[in-house]
Amino acid sequence: MTGATLFGLCAAVLVGLGLYGAIVHHLILRRIVAFNLLGAGAFLLFGVVARRGTGAGMGGDPVPQALVITGIVVAFSATALAVALLLRLHAVRAAEDADR
Amino acid sequence: MTPGAAVLPCAGDPAGALLVLAIVLPTAGFLLALSVGGGRAERVALLFLAGGFAVAIAIVAAIWRSGHALSYALGGWTPPLGIALRADGLSAVMAMTTALVVGAVALFGRQNFAAPAPGVEARVPLSFWTLLLAVTTALNLIWFAGDLFSLYVALELLTFTAVPLVCLDGRADTLEAALRYMLFALMGSVLYLLGTALLYSAYGTLDIALLSERVRPEPAVWTAAALMTAGLVAKTALFPLHLWLPPAHAGAPPAASALLSALVVKGSFFLLVRLWFDVLPGLPSRAPAELLAALGAAAVLMGSVLALRQARLKLLIAYSTVAQIGYLFLMFPLASGPAGGPVAAGALTGGMLQAVSHATAKAAMFMAAGVMAGALGHDRIAGLAGTARALPMSMFAFGLGGAALIGLPPSGGFLAKWLLLTASVQSGQWWWAAVMLTGGLFTCGYVFMVVGRAMGEKDASEPRIIAAPITGQAVALALAVISMLLGLAALAPLDLVLVGRPTLAVVACR
Repeated sequence: MTGATLFGLCAAVLVGLGLYGAIVHHLILRRIVAFNLLGAGAFLLFGVVARRGTGAGMGGDPVPQALVITGIVVAFSATALAVALLLRLHAVRAAEDADR
Repeated sequence: MTPGAAVLPCAGDPAGALLVLAIVLPTAGFLLALSVGGGRAERVALLFLAGGFAVAIAIVAAIWRSGHALSYALGGWTPPLGIALRADGLSAVMAMTTALVVGAVALFGRQNFAAPAPGVEARVPLSFWTLLLAVTTALNLIWFAGDLFSLYVALELLTFTAVPLVCLDGRADTLEAALRYMLFALMGSVLYLLGTALLYSAYGTLDIALLSERVRPEPAVWTAAALMTAGLVAKTALFPLHLWLPPAHAGAPPAASALLSALVVKGSFFLLVRLWFDVLPGLPSRAPAELLAALGAAAVLMGSVLALRQARLKLLIAYSTVAQIGYLFLMFPLASGPAGGPVAAGALTGGMLQAVSHATAKAAMFMAAGVMAGALGHDRIAGLAGTARALPMSMFAFGLGGAALIGLPPSGGFLAKWLLLTASVQSGQWWWAAVMLTGGLFTCGYVFMVVGRAMGEKDASEPRIIAAPITGQAVALALAVISMLLGLAALAPLDLVLVGRPTLAVVACR
């Protein structure tokens, strides 16, 4: 088994775990974490793709790595936005309960 | 597809720079509005949206005159090394619709999202005006991007700008709806990204034109197609992944609901069309197209039945969106028939016309419902009596929008359904026609239910209906009238939707 295959399998496992978590869990925070697992799987897959697509005499294909960096930034912002929404929801709920 | 046909002939076309302008202009407006602050955000937004409108007209005119797709290689680097922007007929139609609906939403939003006093900043107006510009950027990028990864970034941008629009008012239930929407949308885009990785691993490029020549029916492509389709279906709110849409669209302020229902769901739908018709034309797509259409048929029936059962007007309109999205998916098996046939061309035009018609009609209906809810103080359908007398203009806009959804001539909905019905009968797939006709009956049901209630006499015991400002009502009516007259597009000498599709070009000059 080559390293690329092993990492590819790891990516598949991460994607599977993430999907499972996103579907099964009801707590929003857990689903955000599950989304991040799923994202990690996708990014790892890009890494594997970069390794497999190596041209003659090159260490790896640079394009997927560039894509991954963009992807990570996007996923990070998405997580931040989701967590910010969740915190605000929590604060609004708490204020409503205090009013009652 | 003939080799090289998808590589556009006019790579150095100076009009291609318009595509860059269409994306850069709203972005610049967004940054400027954010930096000059909430007091002046409205003026900046209106200025830049007016500029964007002119650019959209110029793009449509350029494509119309030349009969070719436009393209622009960013920085002079051509694919596969560089990234290209492309505008074919589909993009031009959607860009024009975007400019029109966003402009209408901006004019409508002026009464609800004015700064509290000249030069004073407030959170909600600032968010609305900046997000409006940002949504325009994201949508234009979706219409014009020529590679799958730019499309991923555009999809995420659209999510990030649409989610805050849902919870502009900051109430707990809208925040919850926004979070639910966000989670669905994030899952959708990650699945899309996974598919992108698989396609890159198989073919070493993400450029749509290059991929369309290289794609072969093999396991990696099927897996990628399945992942991307599932993700995009979740973002488009196709049945059974529609659960997030009604609370999100019904809870948002009227101007935002109009934008979300009219345009934002069309973004991911457009990507599905790109995926199946432009990236994967080499795949035998019979079975997936039938599956998508079957889900669409289920959406038409379920969405309509649920719309009929709603007690609140905005929720009724939101469920009607679920049903109308279903119609869009009926075009897949009809348009993926024998390539180049007039049936496929008619179905593609019909499907896109349905998207445009729904965009204008639904925006008008959400705006009219917003005006009515503002005047009544509630949006319970049972309490609508007397609205038609107090707010005739809004009620007329709602009715016209409803008529366009039902498909009365000469509305865009009529022409769209006519084309789709013709295609389904000509290709021997009559069952899709049956779905369309049944859905039309249901649509009549829920539109007449509202109009009938509103025509009734008001009880003296109920509170008086407050007068509503005329601008918002006029904007809603104008959009509804446009939707009603879209069917006249049949008289045009050129089928704009088919520009840039070589295999269908024979029928383009009908």
